[in-house]
Amino acid sequence: MALEFEKPVIELETRIAELETYGKENGVDMTDELELMTKRLERLRSETFDALSRWQRVQLARVAGRPTALDYFAKTFTHYRELHGDRAIGEDAAIVGGLARLEGRGVVVIGQQKGRDTKENIQRNFGMAHPEGFRKAMRLMDLAEKFDLPIITLIDTPGAYPGIAAEERGQAWLIAQSIQRMTRLKVPVISVVIGEGGSGGALAIAVGNKVLIFENAVYSVISPESCAVIAWKDVKEAEKAAEALKLTARDLLQFDIVDSVIPEPKGGAHNDANLAAENLKKALLEQLQSLESLSSLELMQQRSARFRKLGAIEELA
Amino acid sequence: MTLARFFQRRGPKREQSNDDLPDLWSKCPNCGAQIYNKELEQALRVCPKCAFHHRLPVKKRIEALSDAGSFELTSGKVRSVDALKFTDTESYPSRLERTKKKTGRENAIMAGRATLGGLRIQLIVMDFDYSGGSMGSAEGEEITRAVEIAAREKRAVVLVATSGGARMQEGALSLMQMAKTTFALEELGMEKMPYITVLTDPTTGGVAASFAAIGDVIVGEPGALVGFAGQRVIQQTIKQNLPEGFQRTEFLEEHGMIDMVLDRREHRQMLADLISTLTNQPAVEVKAIEVEVTPVPAKGGLFGRRG
Repeated sequence: MALEFEKPVIELETRIAELETYGKENGVDMTDELELMTKRLERLRSETFDALSRWQRVQLARVAGRPTALDYFAKTFTHYRELHGDRAIGEDAAIVGGLARLEGRGVVVIGQQKGRDTKENIQRNFGMAHPEGFRKAMRLMDLAEKFDLPIITLIDTPGAYPGIAAEERGQAWLIAQSIQRMTRLKVPVISVVIGEGGSGGALAIAVGNKVLIFENAVYSVISPESCAVIAWKDVKEAEKAAEALKLTARDLLQFDIVDSVIPEPKGGAHNDANLAAENLKKALLEQLQSLESLSSLELMQQRSARFRKLGAIEELA
Repeated sequence: MTLARFFQRRGPKREQSNDDLPDLWSKCPNCGAQIYNKELEQALRVCPKCAFHHRLPVKKRIEALSDAGSFELTSGKVRSVDALKFTDTESYPSRLERTKKKTGRENAIMAGRATLGGLRIQLIVMDFDYSGGSMGSAEGEEITRAVEIAAREKRAVVLVATSGGARMQEGALSLMQMAKTTFALEELGMEKMPYITVLTDPTTGGVAASFAAIGDVIVGEPGALVGFAGQRVIQQTIKQNLPEGFQRTEFLEEHGMIDMVLDRREHRQMLADLISTLTNQPAVEVKAIEVEVTPVPAKGGLFGRRG
């Protein structure tokens, strides 16, 4: 389903397509009209997508049809072989991962997985992991370290699941342990926010040597909706909250929370998943190359130094 | 507080923790007993009748967990900056300024070198009165620095946690503090120095889901609420009532998430035992603390002592 602000663009695209078909079917030369309308479309696209508000980006980050972790595993990588289970309690479908190859090089991939339709969303709990998901992620990290494979994590979750069973089985503990596990990984780790980076549940698998983000993805300590309820006591103020939280790729780059931004196809990754996957591949190869010359110790030091400097403080006399 | 609100309260609610109690009687919110404040203070604000744990102010906590006069402050040197230009019903700088006036503190952390039974420790205490103990950049930085000092000087770290979680007004910058502090704790671990966390009421969100949960040993105060998600959020998500005692330390002990639930009055000796054994030092007998009770003139009667 199209977002409100996408509609004029989609309407114009449809009209151009109709006109083209009409011309062909009736043998009428529509070249001039088509050229004019295509120019108008270009302008409209720029007006719509070059100056998206933060709230519009939140909507794009969550839009149905946006490529998910499994889509990237299939398109950016080859030979994806999914591995299941946390070896303790169960299998959590909200976090997926396994072995894959990136341009032939073996890697371990881990990601949060939202559903691509209602049925899958229920199966995957809307990408909200239980403790088992984080335990599975850690198990895959162990595997990567044992076989000296780089780790790629893809972040896309509203957050860790807030439920009774999750709390009983130590949600806070597993998030903390997953962060801790990542601090001492001896292999290169690249984390990419592909959609929604929701708080602790996102950070649990996002402690990378490099942290990247897609152009229209967001990463925040709290969702705009929850922030609106706390700050304005009204969920309808989510748009205001999105502005206040400074959660877009560009904002995060400014705070050094991310190292670089991966461009998306015009209008968002959902408009051309193949191109988005190609852009991800380019970015990953570039970053991997910069990390591959580092020793295990240097990798740990670089990761530690990267996070050590994050925060906005002033020294007092 | 209005009378109406007083009667609305469900269950015992912990009072805001003024540094000193007036020279008066208090009514325990749990058992209703009338307790002389001096007696309550000497019991580290644990109700002598029902053992309900009232909130303990930061300074009293430091007294309770260190040898008299040994504490040497290392924190208080950084302040958060309003990087997001965050404004809701009030601007973030103005909120910080008010909190500073109320608490006399630049951030929610008080940390410093100390000894406990002669053992060298670094004590880190979170202040719930400062913005609900929420963690922003300054809090993350203070904890990180305190742990770095401990790693350098080979001190065990005792961290007393209480927090509503990461601070919303600093966005993803607060979130990053969860990782930053964890890196520092890994350094401490490499020095083979113990890290012990004491979880007090309440400890939730990003603080529960980072440094509070990865203590080598985790001690919980009786009845303290500790968990990832807030109870209201869980209730709204699952649309059912929460089980009795949910997310309390006794519940967490039963589910294998913490090492022990321990009365606050026994923390001194327990921490000393844990630290001395983990670092292979001779056992020590910690002197019981003598809480100094400064009489404060009474004002406003029984319910007038809220800050």
